[in-house]
Amino acid sequence: MNVFDRAYDDPVRVLDEDGTVVGDVPDLDEDALVGIYRDMRLARHFDGRAVSLQRQGRMGTYPPLSGQEGAQIGSATALAEDDWIVPSYREHGAAFVHGLPPEKTLLYWMGHGDGARAPDDVNVFPIAVPIASHVPHAVGGAWASKLRGEDDVFVCYFGDGATSEGDFHEACNFAGVFDTPTLLFCNNNQWAISVPRERQTRSATLAGKAEAYGFDGVQVDGMDPLAVYAVTAAALEKARNPPESRLRPTLIEAVQYRFGAHTTADDPTVYRDDDEVERWRRKDPIPRLERYLRAEGILDDDRVDAIEAEVETRVADAIEAAESAPRPEPRALFEHAYAELPTELEAQHAELTALREERGDAAFLGE
Amino acid sequence: MSDTQNLTLVQAVRDGLHTELRADDDVVVMGQDVGKNGGVFRATEGLHEEFGGDRVVDTPLAESAIVGCAVGMAAMGMRPVPEIQFSGFMYPGYDQIVSHMARFRARSRGRFTLPMTLRAPYGGGIRAPEHHSESKEAFYAHEAGLKVVIPSTPYDTKGLLAASIRDPDPVIFLEPKLIYRAFREEVPEEPYTVPIGEATTRRAGDDVAVFTYGAMTRPTLEAAEALAEDGIECEVLDLRTISPLDREAIVDAFERTGRAAVVHEAPRTAGLAAEITAILQEEALLYQEAPIERITGFDVPYPLYALEDYYLPSATRIEEGIREAAEFEP
Repeated sequence: MNVFDRAYDDPVRVLDEDGTVVGDVPDLDEDALVGIYRDMRLARHFDGRAVSLQRQGRMGTYPPLSGQEGAQIGSATALAEDDWIVPSYREHGAAFVHGLPPEKTLLYWMGHGDGARAPDDVNVFPIAVPIASHVPHAVGGAWASKLRGEDDVFVCYFGDGATSEGDFHEACNFAGVFDTPTLLFCNNNQWAISVPRERQTRSATLAGKAEAYGFDGVQVDGMDPLAVYAVTAAALEKARNPPESRLRPTLIEAVQYRFGAHTTADDPTVYRDDDEVERWRRKDPIPRLERYLRAEGILDDDRVDAIEAEVETRVADAIEAAESAPRPEPRALFEHAYAELPTELEAQHAELTALREERGDAAFLGE
Repeated sequence: MSDTQNLTLVQAVRDGLHTELRADDDVVVMGQDVGKNGGVFRATEGLHEEFGGDRVVDTPLAESAIVGCAVGMAAMGMRPVPEIQFSGFMYPGYDQIVSHMARFRARSRGRFTLPMTLRAPYGGGIRAPEHHSESKEAFYAHEAGLKVVIPSTPYDTKGLLAASIRDPDPVIFLEPKLIYRAFREEVPEEPYTVPIGEATTRRAGDDVAVFTYGAMTRPTLEAAEALAEDGIECEVLDLRTISPLDREAIVDAFERTGRAAVVHEAPRTAGLAAEITAILQEEALLYQEAPIERITGFDVPYPLYALEDYYLPSATRIEEGIREAAEFEP
C-alpha cells in the first residue's frame, strides 16, 4: 500500500514505545541508524544546556525542543544536501543535521544577528518568528526550483498552531495550484503555548487538511524517528518524481509532544498537568530507538558512552565558541539593511560613531 | 537616437515589464488577473501570450501568498514582479512586506537579498469604490529595507520599473492610476533605466520650492503656472522615489528659495510632508523664510467618490497653499 493512501488518523509507525518493530523498517545502514540516534542525543543535550544557559543569564529567551527530536532528526536525515529547510524557530535539531553549526543557534538566541546566517553551503533559511509567515517562502522557493528545472525540495517546519493561520492556508493553496516540490511538515506538539490542539481546529486531524488542497496528507508518529524518516523519504521522492495521479506537495502531521515550555519565558504547569506530560514521556523517541538498536546489536554500552562523550564535547565547544564571540560592531546595525548603504544610513552611522568616540561605549551600554 | 513609442503611463508599465521579461529569464510577473486577462488596467496586456503561464502567472486571490511566495522565489535569486491589483488590498500581504520582504537581507546578514518589485496602482480620483483610492506610501517609506518608487510620467515609469526590477533590494512600485492614461510621452523602445533615489526638476523657479510626486505632479505644475501669472515662480521637484529620499536635491532647492510647500494626496499626519519638513529644519533652518506648507489629503478615511474632489488637493488648493508660503512676511 502506498504510504499516502492510509486514513488521515492512521499514523505511520515503525517502532512502538518499547522499541519493538510494528511497521516497515526503512532501508538504512548501521551508520545511518546510529547517526539518527547520535543526532537526537545531540539535540537533547544541546537543549538541556541551552535552557541552563538561559537560566544562568548567559542567553536570552530560548524555545526548547525536547520531545521533538524524533520528528526533527528523522525528517532532516532524509533530505538531500541540496534540499532546503525553511524553519520556524524550534527546529535547531533538524538544522544541525542539515549542516548548521550549533554555535549559530546559540548565537542567535544570545542576540547576535550572525546566528541567523547559515554558512553559504548550508541550505537552511533564517529562523522565522511570526507564526506560519514562512510557509509561503518555502512554497516560493520550491516554485523557483521547479521553474528552473532543478531537483531541490523545500521542507517547511511549523507547529499545530500555525495551521490556524491564514498564511498556512494560502501557502498550501499555492503549493497545490502550482504543484511545487514542497514538504509541509507540521510538528503537532499538542500545544500552541497554552492553547491545546483541540482548540485550534475542529478538524479531526491536521493531516486531513491536505484534502482541501488536492495533495496528500499523512499522519506519522512524530516520536518514532524511523517512521518519520520513512514518510519524509517517500514525500521527498514524490516531490521530485510525482506519479501521474499525485501532486508533488505533501502535508505531514508528525504527532508528538513538547516536554518543556514553549520558551524559557513560559510556565507550562499553568495550563497542563503532570500526568499528561508523563504519558507522553513514555513515548520519548530516544530510549525507544536506543532499545531497538541495542536489540539489533547495533548499539552497546560502549558505543552509547562514546556517543554521549562526543555529543557533550560538541555542545561544550559550541557554547565556548558562541560565548567567546565578541559583541558585534555597531556598524552591523546598518550594513545589511540594503545592498548598498544609503547616504542617510551612512550619516546615521556616523552620528552613532561620533557619540561613541566622544562618550565611550559606557554611554550606551551602562557598563 | 533610438526609436520611440508614444505611450501612456500604463502602457509604459507594460512596456517596462515586457522589456525586462525579454532580457532576463529570472523575471516572473505574478498576481490576480495579470495573465490571460492582461491586468484589470491592461498593465500586463499580451505578456501571458508572449511569455507563457510560467512567467506571467495568474495566481489565486491571496495577497499574502503572492508577496510571500515572491519572497521565497527572490531568495533563490529570481526577480519576481508581483502585482497587487489595488494598493488598498495590500494589507493582507502587509505582514509579508514588513516582516520578511523588508528584513530578509538584514536577518540573513546579507546571505539572501530579495530582488523583487511589488507593483500596485495607488491613489484617488477615478471614481472608484471604497478601498480603491488610498495613498499609503508612508507606511512603506517608514519600513527600513524597502525602496519606494512612484513615477509620474511614462518615460520615468519604464526607466524606474527597469531599475527596480534590476535592483538587488526589494522595491515597492506605486503607480498613480489617476494618470495611467492622462497623457502620452515619447518612450524609447530600447531598455533604459532611470536611477532610483533621484528627484527631478519639473519646473524651475526662484521663489518657492514645491516638492511632490505621483499624480499630484500635474495639478502642482498647473498651480505653478497660475502663480507665475502673479509673479510667483515655483521650483517644482518631482521626487520620483520617496525612499530613499533625494535629500540633496530637496535641501538644495530649499536653500535657493527659502520657502517650501509639499504636496501629496495621502493624509497629512506622519506623511511624507512631515518628513521633508523635518529634513529642511535639520539641514537648512537658517535659510527658512516662511512656514513650510503641507498641502495634503485630510486626516480622514478616504471618502466615497461624491466627496473625493474635496479630499484630493486640487490645483486651486495647491495654488493657495503655495501662495501662503510665498507671501508670508515675518
